[in-house]
Amino acid sequence: MKKTIAGTEIDVNEEGYLTDASQWNEAIAAAIAAEEGIGALTDAHMKVVRYLREQQAKGAALTIRSMGKSGVVTTKELYDLFPGGPLKKSSKIAGIPKPVGCI
Amino acid sequence: MSTPDDKQPVKKMSIIVSRGSLDGIYPALIMANGARMEGIEASLFFTFFGLNALANKTLDHLKVSTVGNAALNMAMPMLGLPITMPFPTVMGAIPGVSAFATHLMNKEMEKLDIPPVREFLELISDSGGKIFACKLAMDMFKLKKEDLMDRVDDVLTVGQFYEESAGAGTHILFT
Repeated sequence: MKKTIAGTEIDVNEEGYLTDASQWNEAIAAAIAAEEGIGALTDAHMKVVRYLREQQAKGAALTIRSMGKSGVVTTKELYDLFPGGPLKKSSKIAGIPKPVGCI
Repeated sequence: MSTPDDKQPVKKMSIIVSRGSLDGIYPALIMANGARMEGIEASLFFTFFGLNALANKTLDHLKVSTVGNAALNMAMPMLGLPITMPFPTVMGAIPGVSAFATHLMNKEMEKLDIPPVREFLELISDSGGKIFACKLAMDMFKLKKEDLMDRVDDVLTVGQFYEESAGAGTHILFT
């Protein structure tokens, strides 16, 4: 379905995840972050978001364990940056699909 | 009929771990970590043989139970055999068989990015999950807090564990 966010019309699924990662930009990220109650995105948030997009583009399976080992962010920091579901929320903000793994 | 609007979200999972084999421990660790990933609070309470997963001397060497495990046929595909093939009970008692089954299982879990027990406990602890040991079981197995891995938050009585689990939306799960 279509959704207008940050002045741009984008394609999202019923949970609000972008279905086309190429439609993403930083203004959209900021608007989704506000909707998710994350607040203003800092450099630390954006580092995670960019890393997620890079990994997604490579087709890597994203897990909470691999994030903690990435060197980009520690597990603790990830939970602090994106409270209430770190991998799900950061993926949504990054404009990539909802992670499907259990780890 | 329940509709999405009247569904009360799970707020907290309090998981009691009473078994100490690899296959007895992992489901609890996965459920606790999965809860934290969903923004749900998680506590693990290790009691009886579950303490095997917290004792520094044992936790890196947990084994799959190959004796009295009638569902071990599930692991047969790891040997290239059909899932319907029963695992002969007598084989489970042969020295080294449990270690071999454990090796196979660990290899498969690593492929799925499931961490070893110590790293998994650290991950859960870093994610804000709480790790508790049962006082009565500690006394029974003659264990002290310093015998346990450093991420253990506290040694609790049963009553303290229930107090810790208080609140609407908490689910207590026994494994």
